Amino acid sequence: MATRIGVDVGGTNTDAVVVVDGRVVAAHKTPTTADVTRGVVDAIGAVLAASGREVDEVEAVMIGTTHFTNAVLERKGLLPVGVVRVALPSTAAIPPLTDWPEDLSALVGGGSWLVRGGYQYTGEVADALDEDGLVRALREMDARGIRSVALTGLFSPVNGAMEARAAEIVHNEHPDAHLTLSSTIGRLGLLERENAAILNASLVDLSRRVVDAFRAALSALRIEAPLFISQNDGTLMNDGFVARYPVLTFASGPTNSMRGAGFLSGLDDALVVDVGGTTTDIGVLTRGFPRESFIESDIGGVRTNFRMPDLLVRALGGGSRVAERDGEVHVGPESVGYRLTSEAVVFGGTTVTATDVAVAAGLADIGDRSRARRLPGDTVRRGVERVQGIVEEGVDRMKTSAEPLPLVLVGGGAALVERDIPGVSEVVVPEHAGVANAVGATIAKISGETDRVFSYEKTERAEAIETATREAAERAVAAGAVAESIETLEVEELPVAYVPGGSVRVRVKVAGDMAGATAGISP
Amino acid sequence: MKLERGDLLHLATGAAFLGAGGGGDPYLGRLLARAAIDAFGAPELCPAETVPDGARVLTIAMLGAPTIMLEKAVAGDEVDMAIRRLEAHLGETADYLMPLEIGGINSLVPVMAAARLGLPLIDADGMGRAFPELQMTTFNAHGVSTTPLALTDDHGTWLLLEAPDAGSAEGMIRTVSVALGCSAVLCSYPMTGRQAKDCSVHGTLSVARDVGRAIHSGTRSADPVGALIEHMRTTPHYAECRLLFDGRVVDVRREVEGGFSVGHLRLAHVENRDRHMEIVVQNEFLLAREGGRLRAVVPDLVCLVERETAQPVPADSVRYGQRLKVLGVSAPPVMRSPESLSIFGPQAFGLEEAFVPLESLADA
Repeated sequence: MATRIGVDVGGTNTDAVVVVDGRVVAAHKTPTTADVTRGVVDAIGAVLAASGREVDEVEAVMIGTTHFTNAVLERKGLLPVGVVRVALPSTAAIPPLTDWPEDLSALVGGGSWLVRGGYQYTGEVADALDEDGLVRALREMDARGIRSVALTGLFSPVNGAMEARAAEIVHNEHPDAHLTLSSTIGRLGLLERENAAILNASLVDLSRRVVDAFRAALSALRIEAPLFISQNDGTLMNDGFVARYPVLTFASGPTNSMRGAGFLSGLDDALVVDVGGTTTDIGVLTRGFPRESFIESDIGGVRTNFRMPDLLVRALGGGSRVAERDGEVHVGPESVGYRLTSEAVVFGGTTVTATDVAVAAGLADIGDRSRARRLPGDTVRRGVERVQGIVEEGVDRMKTSAEPLPLVLVGGGAALVERDIPGVSEVVVPEHAGVANAVGATIAKISGETDRVFSYEKTERAEAIETATREAAERAVAAGAVAESIETLEVEELPVAYVPGGSVRVRVKVAGDMAGATAGISP
Repeated sequence: MKLERGDLLHLATGAAFLGAGGGGDPYLGRLLARAAIDAFGAPELCPAETVPDGARVLTIAMLGAPTIMLEKAVAGDEVDMAIRRLEAHLGETADYLMPLEIGGINSLVPVMAAARLGLPLIDADGMGRAFPELQMTTFNAHGVSTTPLALTDDHGTWLLLEAPDAGSAEGMIRTVSVALGCSAVLCSYPMTGRQAKDCSVHGTLSVARDVGRAIHSGTRSADPVGALIEHMRTTPHYAECRLLFDGRVVDVRREVEGGFSVGHLRLAHVENRDRHMEIVVQNEFLLAREGGRLRAVVPDLVCLVERETAQPVPADSVRYGQRLKVLGVSAPPVMRSPESLSIFGPQAFGLEEAFVPLESLADA
């Protein structure tokens, strides 16, 4: 039997589930603690005990975490980065870290060095790598005590050889330095790719500590199964990979939650409303994956070109404060967050929260119901209406057609919402809706991606797609996928505008089952 | 009046809107212009009417593929060099610079150039939107010669071109730009102040800036797209602006035909599932049709914006499932003259429809 443990570390709660052959057999929810790792150990220990399974039955542990997103948002635990761009004379008019928030660039920008080198869009050499210039840059960096390097080469997604050669030089000069190569994480668009590489390089110390702590947590529990971490597109990386590429975990939480909602409800096309402790995410599931946002993603004020789920976020959660102001009942945006279980009325506190209102209205049964009876009936009624109004307005904005879609309601605060929502064919609250995010982590596969420009006049279309698919598969295997199980998820061909000669940008994404794990889960 | 650092974000957003889906993402242009203003100071923006008849005016633009520019950006020196080489060839120095194209990235490249060289910038351009080819300008339509022109790259390559007509010049520089790595800087259409006044679309830089400002401030309103339409109606020559469609993208087909990408988008109406809109794309959105009926056609602008924010959506980021509003915007009168229509009317793009002004077409 295939036993998997899924964990989601959110801002408010840490959730854990045990999934056996695609069925959730145990779930556990605890407030996220200041010592996040301790919380993960406790959650896994508790859920495993509740499941009655033995540690040696566990085939894999999947963790979704907001550690790295939060580190960037809170400007904590970030390393100064030596930024090397191999692109001169091109790109000189826009130096690295342009358009970054000043506080972040002051923290992360250890210095920038522009070096001659790079390719044309065809992958042919535009300028040879200035190896002496690179060595000089690295020595200056060393003199400044910089230990993490982000290296970005012109058109490196098309041809990674020059970045690879530069990496050899970095390793010779600084055998101990962390190195992030832009071609391993980003797509075409040098500035956005460079930004992602710099963010990644600033996180590598933290990611090693976090991954080591997760590993220590598993070994404390005597779990020998492999560890995987969720990434932004709903696929997985093995622990060695995430230690090197923490930036790829950004936005994995909402993706897991939506995928989990789809899995638990058996619906591939649906609206998903995930009500957490502080916020509500509203998204759309299309063929089992979240609809992607088409806006350049902004992380902590830095522009990158990651594809993120298209989400509408509202300041509504179980911990949202309910207050009367100017004769109106407001719900949120302030929230008691993880202090819900001490500050909310039904838990013996004095702050009226959305949870209290839902309990008083009979929508939820949490804490001490008798305490909720003290709330004025008018406040309860208008509070419930307000919550419903926020959800209905959000659902209406995210809907793409007049045709009613089913809606899956998940998250710890799912009970806050009444089941009658206009413009929706049905509202489904699946079993284990409160831990959909942790379930989502357990169903993921491992992916690989390529993004290159081909000339269809020089390379046959079929051959170009085959080449791109092969490279994507190689990346998936490097990230921990079983080669035989790899399937193509997406092939996107985008003609390069304003250029004659049939130049087409080809992007391919593939995914396969985890290596080291037995047969995949079937829903 | 100077064009300040704080105007650039608005200018970039407005230029993306006026690009009608084309012209490339102005984000890069904004960074280039900002770096130049920080280093050299903000350039003067001059109304076309104030330019002396005898002044020497040059236009400046980037040429190539936006996808590739996003990787290669600009070194900086090639911009100066394009202007200096053409000046040397003409034996005259430039008094003013002017954008060739207001749509997309080429609205910002002249700001960068003007700042770097300390030259004033004329508040006008030759396209009033984005177009794919060099001959598609109101300058050409009204008899200004495209050449001599200078083309440069970031490796110090430069060339001067004389050609018998604008079409030949376009064919030649398109071929050369591929050899230059699909990204080059172009200084062309040398003209007098008199010609600049008579043959350009006036006021487009300040219009783009104000449109961008309206989009940004409207984002916080209850109806951002409505706020944008209201603003367009106050502009001097883009005043006919209507909501053509409110829909979801249900099909995206793209092909390469004759070196240019031709696409067909299909949208289904958000409220009425019997209504469909087809949009023909060739670098820009060229034509909108609903149930076989023409709703807007080039050179009038077909602009796609996000429903919730009114942010303009470039043609190559349209994806299945997106919710978009389609706006039709009237082209300025100088772009609808018979001379202009013969150069960039529907036939220039291989479309069968004749040009009909937006306001003469039946509303939905």
